[in-house]
Amino acid sequence: MNADLGTFGVWMAIAAMAIVTYAIRAGGFWLMGYVPLTRRVRSILNALPGSVIVAIILPLAVRGGTAATVAIVIALAVMALRRNDLLAVICGVGAAAFVRALVL
Amino acid sequence: MVSFEPPDKSRWSGFILGMRLGLPVAPGIMAFGLVVGAAAARQGLTFLQSLAMNFLVCSGIAQLVALEIWPAVVTWGAVLTVAVLAAVVGARLFLMSVSMRPWFGQRPAWQAYSALFFLTDATWLIAMRYRAEGGRDVAVYFGSASAIMAAWLVATGVGYFVGSFIADPAKYGLDLVMPAFFAAMLVPLWTGPRRAWGWAVAGIVAVAVERLVPGWWFIVAGSIVGAIAGGYLDEQRE
Repeated sequence: MNADLGTFGVWMAIAAMAIVTYAIRAGGFWLMGYVPLTRRVRSILNALPGSVIVAIILPLAVRGGTAATVAIVIALAVMALRRNDLLAVICGVGAAAFVRALVL
Repeated sequence: MVSFEPPDKSRWSGFILGMRLGLPVAPGIMAFGLVVGAAAARQGLTFLQSLAMNFLVCSGIAQLVALEIWPAVVTWGAVLTVAVLAAVVGARLFLMSVSMRPWFGQRPAWQAYSALFFLTDATWLIAMRYRAEGGRDVAVYFGSASAIMAAWLVATGVGYFVGSFIADPAKYGLDLVMPAFFAAMLVPLWTGPRRAWGWAVAGIVAVAVERLVPGWWFIVAGSIVGAIAGGYLDEQRE
């Protein structure tokens, strides 16, 4: 385990990361091929995307500092009002940059 | 004679639409790419190695964390470490992959499995939004995937050579492009307060786990519990 693998080792490390990442990317889809898409499973799959998004952004909004909270809240608000994702991102990021400029 | 659209034309317009949908995240991917490219150069990877990693792994956070602890001397132990790291950091991609089943399950396997190679936060968000609005053209997915991969490879390539000269992207809020995009993408998924109960559960569990368990497990825990709760409540009220 401790031998220096040199350049070969670097390539092995990249290959290992690539294989693991692809296995994860394909694995969920593959696994669901063996799960019958009953009504309950469909309901769960319908609820999954929103749950993933909330599970990513809410801890960030709570713990990520004022700038992160501002970016998330403004982006949500602009999207809800205007339904324009580019505008929502620009407003959210712009507001966060403004907050950071004030604080620093 | 019945007039019909040549199939290539509709595919192409879907592809272009997908590229356009990728536009809002482009600045964030560019900024992130510069940082990851610079990190690869700093750790002594050759340009070819950096390019291979950016294309094959194509997971910004996983790469950045791996490059942070990249060993000067690569041993089998180090190979194992970065592989485990990629799995832990990429765990959320597994759930995103699960949620692609209803759409890609209708496509031939070769198409589904090549599409999944390009599954990232950005392509997944775009796909979910497109699906929520009733879309079903896989060309749209490949369009956004190509645009995002191209932006990623260009940005990491530039970052590899000039990254150390570039000012901190956080100063301009560019590190918050992805969180802002995530937040915005929640809006098209909104189908009324009934399903939001599951989201609320996901949020509470994620915040709690984030405080108690180190690492990225809060995303996995919150998503799974929230989806099951949301799915169950959805069924109860039907």
